[in-house]
Amino acid sequence: MIKGLENASIIREEPAPRADWRARLQIIGMLPVLVLIIAIFELLAPRFLTWNNLLIVMQQAAINIVLAAGMTFVILTGGIDLSVGAILATAAMLAVLASQNLAWSLAGVIAGLAGGMVCGAFNGALIAALDLPPFIVTLGSLTAVRGVARLLGNDNTVFNPALPFAVIGNGKFLGVPWLVIIAFVVVVLAWFVLRRTVLGMHIYAVGGNAEAAHLAGIKVGGVLFIVYVISGLLAGLGGVMSAARLYAANGLQLGQSYELDAIAAVILGGTSFTGGVGSIWGTLIGALIIAILSNGLILLGVSDIWQFIIKGLVIIIAVALDRYRMKAGLRG
Amino acid sequence: MSVARPPVMLEMRHIGKTFGAVRALADVSFAAAGGEIHALMGENGAGKSTLMKILGGIYRPDGGGEIRLDGVPLVIEGPAAARRQGIIVIHQELALSPNLTVAENMFLGVERKRFGLIDRAAMALAARPVLARLGAAFGPHTPTAALSIAARQMVEIARALAAEARILVMDEPTTSLTERETTKLFGIIEGLRDAGLAIIYISHRMAEIDRLADRVSVLRDGRLIGTLARAECAHARLVQMMVGREISTFYKKAHAPAPARREVLLEIQDITDGQRVRGCSFTLAAGEVLGIAGLVGAGRSELARLVCGITPRTGGHVILAGKEVMPRNPAAAIAAGIAYLTEDRKHDGVHLDMTVRENIVLGVIGRDARLGVRNRAKAKARSAAAMARLGVRAAHDSLPLRALSGGNQQKVLLARLLETGPRVVFLDEPTRGIDVGAKSEIYRLIDGLAAQGMGVVVISSELPEIIGISDRVLVMRDGRIAGELRASAAAPISQEAIMEIITGLAAQAA
Repeated sequence: MIKGLENASIIREEPAPRADWRARLQIIGMLPVLVLIIAIFELLAPRFLTWNNLLIVMQQAAINIVLAAGMTFVILTGGIDLSVGAILATAAMLAVLASQNLAWSLAGVIAGLAGGMVCGAFNGALIAALDLPPFIVTLGSLTAVRGVARLLGNDNTVFNPALPFAVIGNGKFLGVPWLVIIAFVVVVLAWFVLRRTVLGMHIYAVGGNAEAAHLAGIKVGGVLFIVYVISGLLAGLGGVMSAARLYAANGLQLGQSYELDAIAAVILGGTSFTGGVGSIWGTLIGALIIAILSNGLILLGVSDIWQFIIKGLVIIIAVALDRYRMKAGLRG
Repeated sequence: MSVARPPVMLEMRHIGKTFGAVRALADVSFAAAGGEIHALMGENGAGKSTLMKILGGIYRPDGGGEIRLDGVPLVIEGPAAARRQGIIVIHQELALSPNLTVAENMFLGVERKRFGLIDRAAMALAARPVLARLGAAFGPHTPTAALSIAARQMVEIARALAAEARILVMDEPTTSLTERETTKLFGIIEGLRDAGLAIIYISHRMAEIDRLADRVSVLRDGRLIGTLARAECAHARLVQMMVGREISTFYKKAHAPAPARREVLLEIQDITDGQRVRGCSFTLAAGEVLGIAGLVGAGRSELARLVCGITPRTGGHVILAGKEVMPRNPAAAIAAGIAYLTEDRKHDGVHLDMTVRENIVLGVIGRDARLGVRNRAKAKARSAAAMARLGVRAAHDSLPLRALSGGNQQKVLLARLLETGPRVVFLDEPTRGIDVGAKSEIYRLIDGLAAQGMGVVVISSELPEIIGISDRVLVMRDGRIAGELRASAAAPISQEAIMEIITGLAAQAA
């Protein structure tokens, strides 16, 4: 024990209430916006708040939730993964092709997941080992991996009407679509990894202050590598889900600009673009906001063109509100 | 050329500056006249930079002070306003854009324009005579990146002249210059003085003061201790003015000073990075507090970072308890039992958005985990014990670290370090930017660590602090260990002795 300090007591002098209030605000995040949007649609479109419609919304959101979960890992380290849409297409191609050529029913699923992981490892290796900027690396693989997806099917759509894992995309378990169940499991697993494992804490530490993490003895490169592998793996899962839903895959069209929806969900969820701050629950809410906007606008009969404009503006306004609110919280 | 103007007269009267609760300057009155080189001396943190930043318009002084130029009261609204008045500050870290040419740098922010477009020809034309006057060997179109440090300094001076400087402030301009370059620079500076500029010259080096200064002002603890004319500038007197403090009872040593025969815990042999640290060797005994003094830039932090595996070394050996360890990264150093407390807490120390508890256990969560899953009960116990041990004041440990005061953040960072169970700790400016109460707690902690048998290396720019807590002091200068002083019960280390090594006086005498 250290002389003179062993009796030092912990004096409660810090302004705890303010910090608590801020912490709570951070957790609630965009939930009020989600509730508000749901309320508006319910007023305007009576068919909106039905069990069936909500299941449809969730099903439509499922793939984006999975991609956005991976994107959350990446953005928490202060990075970005622009290649997830392309990886999704490649993984879907691999999954359908494997199911055509291999007898084992799970071969397609494994092929899709493995393909996603390899793409993620490619990104991660370049970013972690060569210290290249994530934006540039994944912008490159966005194009290159898209090319791989097209190459795999000779630029044609591949079908398998007897897809052995089609139940993932179209079946239900206790009335809930498998797609929704998978998305929910991914969110819970992501929460566990981020909040309960060493890796999770290292991810927050690297994103919050990479220099400090390095000095604290954290292998920053290893953490960066892993998050891109996770993002690739989840994009691969997204590809499998997508192939299962369609019984088919197309290297050119599948997953086009999915990365933008995934990034939007993460940012709407309050995760800081500079890293270190954010949660998977926020991402879930962000993805739901995007899905509900699409669904509600369709129910209201808003034209496709206006849907784009409204969605984009809502994302900007929501994030602006969030910033404003956090600043007000800081001033306390 | 603007030589025809009458010599400028600058007066700064009763200047004060406080940052939060910290008083950086108190009632400083300072004057400089055209045609003189006025040297400004003082320890790190004495207030020289703050005073010059006020002059340069970067800081606003507190109310009650006054700046007069040629007798006219002046409010300096910002750096651009200072420039318009002919006040140019050349900082130690040169502020040139390496990707631009010499002429573009000289007119940066005040570009010559024609029809709204940059007029490169006019800028080059205007740059040529200025460069010629300085005897520059390069032209206006040379890319700045291709120039040596000395040449870049010349560009800075050329830039000042192009802006019609009347008052030129130079902050330790010779730090990275060779002997010959220094001599050339001095020639230029004297030429500028003779042309009627007022030169304010910040330096720690006695030899430079001897060569250049017409007058010397000494700052200490934010106050002006005095201004001496050239004839009065005896070295001993200047050193005395710079330190002149008493070591208070603030620093109390309870651990026994290491007897000379005590076993060596850490031995550093001829460690070097080929640039900032040039072959340093020293030993550290168990239970010893070793201070490292020296100016900012002398290579103190760089030395510690080399030993702790943070920056790559090009040569040398680190021997811990008789076994050679070669930490290639901080993780390896920590595993070997060598931990480093950074001098820049915010930059590479703490995680402000993580909780107090997470910050404390960050270095050991891997060890405590099972199959990669965190042991949260252990983290909670560790955090509670560490907070009590170090006296961290926080309502609870789930607050983000941001909510704590600087002193408490520092204690949390120290707690993280100690949780890893080090045998040797390097503490780089452990009390920088924290209040007096927390300082004395950290001194007691250091004392306690030594009493437990840990080897403690403390880097500090505050001489009384380093003398107060160390058993032995190494003084660094220009990347080398320039001297070693040992305290004894009868004769504590004197600040004057350290200052003499720092300023190179001791070397001159030897």
